[in-house]
Amino acid sequence: MSITYLEAIREAQARALADDPRVFIYGEDVGKFGGAFKATKNLQEQFPGRVIDAPISEDAITGFAVGAAIEGLRPIVEMQFADFSTVAFNQIVNQAATLYWRTNVPCPLVVRLPFGGTSGSGPFHSQSLETIYAHYPGLVVMTPATVEDAYSMLLEAVAIDDPVIFCEHKLLYYHLKADKLPTEAMPVGKARLAREGRDMTIVAYSAMVHEALAAADELATEGWLIEVVDLRSVKPLDTDTVMASVARTGRLLCVGESWPWGGVTAEVVARVAAEGWGLLDAPPQRLNAKDTPVPYHPNLWAAHRPTARSVAQAARRLLCM
Amino acid sequence: MLLSRVLEEKLASLYRAGKIHGGVFVGRGQEAFSVAAGLHLRKGDVFAPSIRDMAGRLAFGEPVIDAVRTYLGSPLGPMRSRDGNVHRGRPQDGLLPMISHLGSMISVVNGVLFARRLRGITDVVGATCLGDGGTSTGAFHEGLNQAAVEKLPLVMLIANNRYAYSTPNDRQFACRSLLDKAVGYGIEGVEIDGTDLIACLQAVGGAVARAREGRGPQLVVANLLRLCGHGEHDDGSYIDSRVKAQHGRDCLKTSEDMLLQEGWMTAAGLEELRNEAVQQVETIVATVQREGAPDPFQHDWNAISSAHLHELHTEA
Ligand SMILES: Cc1ncc(C[n+]2csc(CCOP(=O)(O)OP(=O)(O)O)c2C)c(N)n1
Repeated sequence: MSITYLEAIREAQARALADDPRVFIYGEDVGKFGGAFKATKNLQEQFPGRVIDAPISEDAITGFAVGAAIEGLRPIVEMQFADFSTVAFNQIVNQAATLYWRTNVPCPLVVRLPFGGTSGSGPFHSQSLETIYAHYPGLVVMTPATVEDAYSMLLEAVAIDDPVIFCEHKLLYYHLKADKLPTEAMPVGKARLAREGRDMTIVAYSAMVHEALAAADELATEGWLIEVVDLRSVKPLDTDTVMASVARTGRLLCVGESWPWGGVTAEVVARVAAEGWGLLDAPPQRLNAKDTPVPYHPNLWAAHRPTARSVAQAARRLLCM
Repeated sequence: MLLSRVLEEKLASLYRAGKIHGGVFVGRGQEAFSVAAGLHLRKGDVFAPSIRDMAGRLAFGEPVIDAVRTYLGSPLGPMRSRDGNVHRGRPQDGLLPMISHLGSMISVVNGVLFARRLRGITDVVGATCLGDGGTSTGAFHEGLNQAAVEKLPLVMLIANNRYAYSTPNDRQFACRSLLDKAVGYGIEGVEIDGTDLIACLQAVGGAVARAREGRGPQLVVANLLRLCGHGEHDDGSYIDSRVKAQHGRDCLKTSEDMLLQEGWMTAAGLEELRNEAVQQVETIVATVQREGAPDPFQHDWNAISSAHLHELHTEA
């Protein structure tokens, strides 16, 4: 048996719906149609009344989930594309993120964001918004990079009492496969050592983990041993695991698909520089997408986001510093 | 209505004395419409008031002390010094704490109503209030349309007090009446004189009853005037005298006149009621003023409830 990242997300939702009558799914075209990416395929038939088509109203969809969460339900909201969550931005950051802090009433909801670039998707179907949501106190931001994590982290996202922004990468949906779903999982909030090394640490998350691993393969042929840390969740950010890796290697490159100004990679670099200055043999570096909207043509798109090639190039520069 | 007016007068005077952190927003002139909502809702219903709904809150059962504690920032209040003034609420008791962003509470009420329905709890109504300005937001459209599609028992109360902060109706919407919105969403609606207590009680009561019967969302538009500035910092000098002449009746005054005319109350009885309200408010304010301030060093600064996911890393 082999299962894709997308199927893992569907299986996690099926299991959450089966295990807990408080769970329901709300979003555009999630019902009979099964979602734009088919992440909710067949779920409406299996769980009648609990997989619900919403009008095209991202703001109201999210407010609705907050209200249901106040009542003790556990809504899973599907944004058709992460990009459209900007319409729901107010409800996510002002309503969901502040409810527990203001009232001591928890807000257990999951907003699933199919995010990240795919070839030909252009400026409005490719954005990576993890940085923006991670900036807001009150939100947990998960960025699974593997099939196993997609499954187990989504189950944990539904189980915890806080609003979770679940960033699932569209590029991983169909290409990433695993033999089976995990029975045990690494806890959310802990980063994973995806590859051991000696000469440099690359910190990445979501699809960038795979670019970093491919870059590490390439550099291995040149004799370099690159360690790769998969953050798994960007909020909370597991600084300890990053710092321990940098202590071993003395060099840090942090790679993210979102834009360079501020953000997750800036945060990692700032933390390592502030707390691990003495561990570093070279200035900590980061690599992001270019600071422009995401381009449409595949040639431009491939150059816009970090890829194994540009990660390896950045790593080579850092190894010589 | 009277208690609300007295409480807000006290809060305004505390504001002028510099005793309140942040702004004070009162519902002077809107009490009749607001109180009608609070009176017709029952325990177990849901209420998401807006900035001018002190009367509705009190009628729905919000304790006076919740209001005073929130305005004065007492750690014992429902918002534990973390949020102030009109943003207070007790979600567990169906009183939703508004956020500032106008229109945002509508879909939250929808979610609560949907959750009740999913759990098999029927016979519930959710009411929420907005001003004329709030109807211009996308959230208002999305929320009302959503309620209509899901056929939820939402009662949408719009106080058209003619001004959104300083912006008059003709810069806010171009339809003839806000009642026209009901047509656009395929729901029932009524329009009333919001300074007439009996009209408010009847219209809001009817809307709540229809929603409870399962006839879907209901819209009630009340015409009235805000008899004050937007907040206590604003003297409202932009209010047109012609608008004042047309809509500026004081609903509290007209209600009291009616009680006297009908012989349901004497002037002395009204005076006694007012004195009782003043006493109650003064006692509560004095109590809250002794409650002290929050201690930032003892405060729990975590914004999420899952302890194992707290970001320990707050200082670099
Ligand atoms: C989305 C949004 N924009 C702006 C504001 C700032 N604001 C607060 S109250 C207000 C006027 C509201 O007018 P209206 O809805 O008519 O209510 P009223 O104050 O007249 O009762 C404005 C502009 C806000 N709270 N929310």
